[in-house]
Amino acid sequence: MSTIRVTLPAHLRTLAGVGSELQLNVEGAVTIRSVLDALESAFPMLCGTIRDHGTLQRRPFVRFFACEQDLSHDPVDSPLPKEVVSGKEPFMVIGAIAGGALP
Amino acid sequence: MSKVRVLVGTRKGAFILESDGKREKWDVSGPHFAGWEMYHLKGSPADPNRIYASQSSGWFGQLVQRSDDGGKTWTPVDNKFAYEGVPGTHQWYDGTPHPWEFKRVWHFEPSLTDPDTVYAGIEDAAIFKTTDGGKSWKELPGLRGHGSGPRWQPGAGGMCLHTIVIDPSNHNRIYLAISAAGAFRSDDAGQTWKPINRGLVSNFIPEPTAEVGHCVHRIALHKSRPNTLFMQKHWDVMRTDDGGENWTEVSGNLPTDFGFCIDVHAHEPETVYVVPIKSDSEHYPPDGKLRVYRSRSGGNEWEPLTKGLPQENCYVDVLREAMAVDQLDSCGVYFGTTGGQVYASANSGDTWNPIVRDLPAVLSIEVQTLQ
Repeated sequence: MSTIRVTLPAHLRTLAGVGSELQLNVEGAVTIRSVLDALESAFPMLCGTIRDHGTLQRRPFVRFFACEQDLSHDPVDSPLPKEVVSGKEPFMVIGAIAGGALP
Repeated sequence: MSKVRVLVGTRKGAFILESDGKREKWDVSGPHFAGWEMYHLKGSPADPNRIYASQSSGWFGQLVQRSDDGGKTWTPVDNKFAYEGVPGTHQWYDGTPHPWEFKRVWHFEPSLTDPDTVYAGIEDAAIFKTTDGGKSWKELPGLRGHGSGPRWQPGAGGMCLHTIVIDPSNHNRIYLAISAAGAFRSDDAGQTWKPINRGLVSNFIPEPTAEVGHCVHRIALHKSRPNTLFMQKHWDVMRTDDGGENWTEVSGNLPTDFGFCIDVHAHEPETVYVVPIKSDSEHYPPDGKLRVYRSRSGGNEWEPLTKGLPQENCYVDVLREAMAVDQLDSCGVYFGTTGGQVYASANSGDTWNPIVRDLPAVLSIEVQTLQ
């Protein structure tokens, strides 16, 4: 089991009732999918807010960063960087910059 | 003594406004769910402490919040709205088939008798129901299965099911409205539906009197006359006296018959309120004057209500969900604007005062009359 550090955007921190960073225990391979599975298991109110309920696709305006890399388009079953697995670096869920029509 | 609670959904959170029966001094709480779009909040008629709220954002999708204490605390409940079976397609703006895709909840309509039973109107248009207080939602697929679904087309605001009205004398009879498909009625608690658009004329569609394709903005009824409904259509104010089988236009002397909201006085079934908007391309009041129009004759003859409302340089809109009435002896009328004002009248519209002036754009108003 690995203990992973995760950061969430402000709206999802409020929704889940957590602080700026949380820790998750992830069984087996540490991937985007397994981290999100563990996150939604621990905080079911986040289901549907990061990835679609049915397709499990990442929502368009959500991004995944770690170790100064954008992992958003990586296969969800690829291993995450070892610094994330070791807990040295957080896995960051980001609300994309999406300015535009809405004030 | 009676109290009034006004539930306000805005582009950036929800607000709850409370007053005693005089409706002179108001307590304002909020923003609840700050920063989120709150399309609609509505309380259960069977348990006023039970409130359902639609919370959404372009980033994080749809959430459903439930309060069991009148809006003091909230709990997220199930937010999964999965269409039954293979969703199929409706028409896209260019006329091509487009898959049904869930976008958001526009409207909650709680059962008149059971706080755990709620109907939800969503975009892309469908009706869902919970019977366990929001722990799970299930589509009533007879609506999209009516057969006309593949011909439905979104309006500019999306293909939204925004109005659900339960007949207070027969809870199996439900009315709903979709932009831009039109009005529908079920007589079997939502299992099957029929379009009820005869009499509507929409010159913006190829066949102006088509069975479906009308952009109905809002429907309202009075509890004592459930077969009489009033409709604000994209253009035209309409009424029916036979449960939607036939509609007739009652726009009469309105300065423009475009608008979004419509409601009926709590105690006078022939007293109706609308807020005329200049046109479908200019979404603000004519001449920069914010005027509610009241008919005491069930339509056709309308009088402007202006006392307390801005009569110059006013260019706000009043959206379809943003008007409601209370049930007090002297009927209160409320509406919210895209400029963030919530106006209230404690005397059936004769005079108006702003409860708040500077909220985010108001998307919805609902009123609870509490004992």
